Amino acid sequence: MSNTLMRIGFLPLVDAALPILARELGFAEDEGLDLQLVRDITWAAVRDRLMYGQTDAAHMVAPLAIATALGCDRPAMPLAVPFVLGLNGNALTVSTALAEALMLDNTLGDPFEIGARLKLEAERRVAIGKPLRFGVVHRYSSHNYMLRYWLAGIGIQPDVDVEITVTSPPFAADALACGDVDGICVGEPWNSIAVDRGVGRIMLATAQIWRRGVEKVLAVRLDGRQADTDATERLVRALHRAAAHFVEPGNTEANAAILSRSEYLDAPRETILRATTDRIRLTQGADAIHYPDFMFQHREAANFPWRSQAMWLYSQMARWGHAEASEVGFAGAAQVFRPDIYRSALAGTDAILPGASAKVEGANSVPRGASSQTGRLILGEDQFFDRVQFDPDRAMDYLEHQRTKPMI
Amino acid sequence: MRIAIIDTSTTRAAIISDGLREAGLTDLVIIDHAAGLAAQIERAAPEVVLINLENPSRDMLEDFFAMSRALARPIAMFVDQSDAESTSAAVDAGVSAYVVDGLAKQRIKPVLDLAIRRFQAFSRLQAELAEARTALADRQAIDRAKAILMKRKGLDEPAAYALLRNHAMRSNRRIAEVAEAIVTSEALMGDMP
Repeated sequence: MSNTLMRIGFLPLVDAALPILARELGFAEDEGLDLQLVRDITWAAVRDRLMYGQTDAAHMVAPLAIATALGCDRPAMPLAVPFVLGLNGNALTVSTALAEALMLDNTLGDPFEIGARLKLEAERRVAIGKPLRFGVVHRYSSHNYMLRYWLAGIGIQPDVDVEITVTSPPFAADALACGDVDGICVGEPWNSIAVDRGVGRIMLATAQIWRRGVEKVLAVRLDGRQADTDATERLVRALHRAAAHFVEPGNTEANAAILSRSEYLDAPRETILRATTDRIRLTQGADAIHYPDFMFQHREAANFPWRSQAMWLYSQMARWGHAEASEVGFAGAAQVFRPDIYRSALAGTDAILPGASAKVEGANSVPRGASSQTGRLILGEDQFFDRVQFDPDRAMDYLEHQRTKPMI
Repeated sequence: MRIAIIDTSTTRAAIISDGLREAGLTDLVIIDHAAGLAAQIERAAPEVVLINLENPSRDMLEDFFAMSRALARPIAMFVDQSDAESTSAAVDAGVSAYVVDGLAKQRIKPVLDLAIRRFQAFSRLQAELAEARTALADRQAIDRAKAILMKRKGLDEPAAYALLRNHAMRSNRRIAEVAEAIVTSEALMGDMP
């Protein structure tokens, strides 16, 4: 029997690893899938191809999947997220000039302390009529919402005290180099490429803003046919195996070699290897420092699509006026993430299947056990930098508090 | 109806604008890709923006459209879901269109259809050009390989060509590939007796 063709759109980013490895290492083939990967350089193109049938699934920034499914900026289109491709793995990189002004040293500093310095610099720049400008990879991106969450938390009001603009990942380093932006929030390898080119310096990892922040997801088009559901479940199983393979320390070199190939990331193997082994070079020529869980691709059921993650993202979309602040909106966002498909696909495998579909985000200051249907689930530290928790049962209260809280 | 055209290929932009003009749509603005896309669009205030699907600036533009009041909130791609077929054809052709909210569908469809045809024509041209280039390169390689064989083996031209062709058939390769290999090895080892 011939394999089912499945085309997956992706952007050249380290966290596109799982679909790439599922294809290259035969996990997809074992499931009877012929995976074809379609590379683009903008999320807009990835989304168009998915919406209009040029691809069947996509590597996608999580908020974009939610915005597309809910029709935030164009007609709604039924999408499902049955699998999370990874948590975090992004960084905030600033121009060398801003790094000097902030007196950054060769460590990943405390988010509050750096924030206080940034606030002063932001004020100075507003005073001379040249407000700081930050680039994020998409309007509906975790990068945008993580950056905004941090800025607001340290007393810098996005869109008022600083400007936030959009730059596609492959152009982020150029935007820094030519002074278009003073900082970028982007995924790997693009921070490291900016550092190695000497045009930027990594200031914070997004894992410092939210220790377990949902990042890229697998988005699939839903048109309800049985064949699609079956293919989606097979894809989930292939990705699960790819994820387990990806985090095995013995496989990192070979994985990086695959990702670096011209048809995938087309980036230096060594740069990719740094990101996938949590080693970050903050400034050109410096030794890489080890920051555990910089990228988090599999352990602790990281691939499970918690509905509460979608709801947190929605809270931020609503907070910044990108979506409607309503219970209906929260419920709609929660429905985009599909733990039911994840469970159904992975029943009877070695995967840990969480018992609940939502959890309080940011609640664990230490690792804690959680209920599971199969396997033993321990959830690690997952706090936000300001220690505020997000309870999905009280999402509107959370949002209301953020929207009315006076700035520092 | 003012239409803005943004394309990484200036040739294709010209092909599209010619087509639109011929169809009587003369209120066109071609956006210069080098600098300040957003500012140029804001100044032009178009009702329709045509842009190549793979343009690297699209994420930035979509953000700009979402925020901008100058464009009265354009909606990505097509006006509504009912014309998914037409939009799908546009995506296949490699063109995306942004249209101001409320612009009547019957006014947009001809623009989009025309853009699709022009994009397809451009792709065909490119494919033909690539084919012609390959054909030329193939012929040059075959001529050089024939000359090498004639000199090395003392053959006449038909015999040299027959040798090439027979070898290609036996090894299940294209004649041009075999010729390429001969030219390469001659370049590396031509000075050997």
